[in-house]
Amino acid sequence: RVLGQVSCELVSPKLNRATEGILFFNLELSPMASPSFEPGRQSELLVKLNRLLERCLRNSKCIDTESLCVVAGVKVWQIRVDLHLLNHDGNIIDAASIAAIVALCHFRRPDVSVQGEEVTLYTPEERDPVPLSIHHMPICVSFAFFQQGTYLLVDPSEREERVMDGLLVIAMNKHREICTIQSSGGIMLLKEQVLRCSKITGVKVAEITELIQKALENDRKVRKEGGKFGFAESIPNQKISAFKMERAPVDTDDVEEQAEEIITKADPPLDVFAEPILRLPGTAQIGEGIENSWGDLEESEREEEEESNSDDVTASEDQKMEVEEINVMSENDPIVLSDSEEEGVVILEPEKTSKKTRTHTNAKQENSSSKKAFNKKRKKKRATR
Amino acid sequence: METGLPARPGSGSGVGRWGRVPRAEGAVPAVAMGSEPGGCALRPFSCELGPLGRPDGSAAFLQGDTSVLAGLYGPAEVKGSRELYDQATLEVLLKPKVGLPGVFEKSREQLIRRTCEAVILGTLHPRTSVTIVLQVVSDAGSLLACCLNAACMGLMDAGLPMKSLFCGVTCALDADGALSLDPTAKQEKEARALLTFAISSVERRVLMSTTKGTCSVEELQRCIAAAQRAADAVFRFYRDSIHRKYSKA
Repeated sequence: RVLGQVSCELVSPKLNRATEGILFFNLELSPMASPSFEPGRQSELLVKLNRLLERCLRNSKCIDTESLCVVAGVKVWQIRVDLHLLNHDGNIIDAASIAAIVALCHFRRPDVSVQGEEVTLYTPEERDPVPLSIHHMPICVSFAFFQQGTYLLVDPSEREERVMDGLLVIAMNKHREICTIQSSGGIMLLKEQVLRCSKITGVKVAEITELIQKALENDRKVRKEGGKFGFAESIPNQKISAFKMERAPVDTDDVEEQAEEIITKADPPLDVFAEPILRLPGTAQIGEGIENSWGDLEESEREEEEESNSDDVTASEDQKMEVEEINVMSENDPIVLSDSEEEGVVILEPEKTSKKTRTHTNAKQENSSSKKAFNKKRKKKRATR
Repeated sequence: METGLPARPGSGSGVGRWGRVPRAEGAVPAVAMGSEPGGCALRPFSCELGPLGRPDGSAAFLQGDTSVLAGLYGPAEVKGSRELYDQATLEVLLKPKVGLPGVFEKSREQLIRRTCEAVILGTLHPRTSVTIVLQVVSDAGSLLACCLNAACMGLMDAGLPMKSLFCGVTCALDADGALSLDPTAKQEKEARALLTFAISSVERRVLMSTTKGTCSVEELQRCIAAAQRAADAVFRFYRDSIHRKYSKA
């Protein structure tokens, strides 16, 4: 099962194709489709499918890209086709090609009018959206071969795909023109076999095209009459696993009373915190924090307070000194680090240390694996200032 | 049920009108429900259980024009690094219709994941993984609620053991403070605040809540109460659809 969605956007065209619109195809194998599809993994299968789909739809020139041009060299339509694989039971490429071509046929783009230099883009409410100009509808049909071409299966299921010898994909439109043909798996095919397959494809494509036309016609009719359309209506009423419910009114009369009851019974909110204190430009403090329980760090804390209250931003020469200090520190043990840091801090001038403490914090973060508890606590205290 | 006229000032414009509405399920004519679409009524629901053959459990859930398809695999094998020794690892993937999943989808995934984790009995299946994939088929308002509903139905279809069922309900508060449930895309855009709740089936407790916009504490409580009422209708819908599916078994 494949879900197809087409969307459009106005972009500037490719440099070497200034008068042509851009077509973009994207097939995604959703993890829903099969347990073996992991999200975010570019598997070989995905690349193969995407390439085949692109060849089938882009190279066959089924969409008239010249008609997507708005202003030559400046603005063209970019049509994006997103295909999501929902259920993988074999033969992804057939389903994907059908989904893509039907989505493109069903798509309507906003109307644009060009008057000299002026370009007006109409919203769907102002003017009815315009369909894309599609020349023909290429549809892929796959064949699986078994036992060196003795047995042939059309539209293989997932289990059959797993054990097949080779695969032949033919993309054809209802005028019996082959748009793409690809043989993979390394089996040798006789000329008669390929011709036979193409005949079968012709028959199948005619059936499928008729089905598509009927569905599109149905949708068009329903939309014109103003009835309901879309995915919602595709769920059948008669299936036992499907269930529908009409609009359900909800009695919300006593909602207010219940709400008031809850609020009055609830605890009053805690006291709101005081106003924030602005320390340095770019640094604010809310609340005081809890008392530090490490008694013997009081001395070093006082020194820290002196440093962090300075305001001046330093010149680059200080940064050089800091870099040197950091190089020394990164080789040493963290405890020694802190000691040397204390001394270094005392030696340097007060204005420069504020920057230093911050960079020290960064350097410490790099050596975090060998940190001890009190170092971390000190870093936290610094960070809150 | 009361037969009152709207006597309370400041209450939602749709509230007082649902006096003696018959609470019949199924064929209630849409005409009798009052003039505002989705004022205090949920849009028509429909669901299909097990539309996909490959996943262990799947469900398609539709609320009005919003539809989400959920596919579930579990309990299945889990990668060594992600394995939890005492419970199942839950992973939720939300796929938007157009484009690649971004940060917005990731945050939604986490919300849904936490709700499901609270409900699934993971300890019965240690060292396994449960993967829920949600595909947005169309978005016409209250998408997160629809995702939650689809996920719950998918879990039921897969037969995973759960403590309780859950459902998602979205409330929109417009500029006058009028409450509306299950808003459409247009109502969502005009709303002052948008609140989504995940309500559990046991005592209608709130499992998850997420808000966008400003609202007062009273309004929040009003929305929660309204969502709990709406949850009744949703759980009835679950019950009926499961009942229908297994009636032939």
